[in-house]
Amino acid sequence: MPTHFDQELDDLKNKLLTMGSHAESLMQKAMKALLERDDELARDVKEDDEILDQLEIEIDDLGVQLLAKAPLAFDLRLITVAMKISGDLERVGDEATTIARRSIELSQEPPLKEYVDIPRMAELGRHMLKEALDSFLHRAPERARAIIPRDKEVDAMNKQLHRELASFMIEKPSTVTRCLNLMTISKSLERIADHATNIAEDVVFLYEGRDIRHQGLAGQE
Amino acid sequence: MNAPANVDAMTEPRQASLPVTVGHPDRSLPEDLDGRHPPLIHVRGLSLHYATNKALDDVHLTIREKLVTAFIGPSGCGKSTLLRCFNRMNDLIDKVHIDGQVLIKGQDIHHAGQDVIELRKKVGMVFQKSNPFPKSIYENIAYGLRIAGVNARQVLDETVEASLRSAALWDEVKDRLHSSALGLSGGQQQRLCIARAIAIKPEIILMDEPASALDPVATGKIEDLILDLKRNFTIVIVTHNMQQAARISDFTAFFYLGKLIEFDTTRTIFTNPSNKQTEDYVTGRFG
Repeated sequence: MPTHFDQELDDLKNKLLTMGSHAESLMQKAMKALLERDDELARDVKEDDEILDQLEIEIDDLGVQLLAKAPLAFDLRLITVAMKISGDLERVGDEATTIARRSIELSQEPPLKEYVDIPRMAELGRHMLKEALDSFLHRAPERARAIIPRDKEVDAMNKQLHRELASFMIEKPSTVTRCLNLMTISKSLERIADHATNIAEDVVFLYEGRDIRHQGLAGQE
Repeated sequence: MNAPANVDAMTEPRQASLPVTVGHPDRSLPEDLDGRHPPLIHVRGLSLHYATNKALDDVHLTIREKLVTAFIGPSGCGKSTLLRCFNRMNDLIDKVHIDGQVLIKGQDIHHAGQDVIELRKKVGMVFQKSNPFPKSIYENIAYGLRIAGVNARQVLDETVEASLRSAALWDEVKDRLHSSALGLSGGQQQRLCIARAIAIKPEIILMDEPASALDPVATGKIEDLILDLKRNFTIVIVTHNMQQAARISDFTAFFYLGKLIEFDTTRTIFTNPSNKQTEDYVTGRFG
């Protein structure tokens, strides 16, 4: 029969999953606002980010209460990982808000060109975030490990896009504002992928008890 | 019942034995483990019966020098029984039968020529309920020295002071050394018992739930004391308080029904145990 403590742990997990689902949704909304030049949708993203902020506070508060009960082993790892993941998800929300803000600015001018790279980056980042959260939900650290190397792909895409936009700005100074906004959006997508990677590493720690951070490919044993 | 994990491997050098992630050695282990904390007590195939009741079942274990090793497990699991094997206190119990070996510095403590009194000088013990003699604070410590043939006043005075200082009790009692030990608080009496044990310079101190009868403040003082004492003594502690074991021990052994289920660094046992029974026990889901 589940104890009171078990029920509190379930509450923590459920809050985290709610937060994850909301963060994914916010990211998709921000990208839709950008691609469809929908300012109203972009403003919704900013408001909805407050839900993530609130959930982070609730999760951290519940985490501290549970830590005061001196949990051990898996319970201890779950609580500490939940608190870390909530921080990463809150930052995903902030990056989605940045994308939304920049999309409002971009919509004030004609589109620079058809977006190709940014949607690709966004889709990869979204996939990584979803997989990281699913690996937490389904106790599947192997799925978490599979995402980690993909962060390098997003990093490469961001670098390439920055180079192209820099060249564009030099050739056509009238595009500077739009290019800078797109660079910021690209950077935000790169950061979202970083946060998804952090979550994946935390999931591996939770279910395997191994700290694989900062190992690059060595973490793939 | 699952075989104990990592047990025999603890007799081997750490690098070849403990499961570590590449690039991430167990950061809780002292550096140069084998050099600074070599194996001191070897338990080999130890089984113990109280008449027909098997209390210990084929235990293999190694205790390292000048570290704190904790024994945990549910009531009746054999942890106190094993503790009492290390100074042969089980000899005092009727119908005890032991198979296997306990070696301290390579010497089998159950061999026929072993002087049990000398053994108990080297392997001191502190009990759950403090048991000061009905004597003065001074005499509680001096008594063991006198029996050992030490009578020079200066030596006694120095040893009493050094022991009380080592037990973090000197400042509280220095002005009333000749008052009755029974007038001390529970926590002070327990620290006096520890001072008494260390006065005769043991190598190993066995502690059977030394703080379980004490309030949190007194418990904290005992725990701080243990962390100080391990600089000079090897300590083996039985405790029901897992958070205590997590706070003060370097290695932890989990027992159940007389068997050693898992033995590893305290960090591993309490953050990522290998055995499900261990996990269930430390998370309070046992049984």
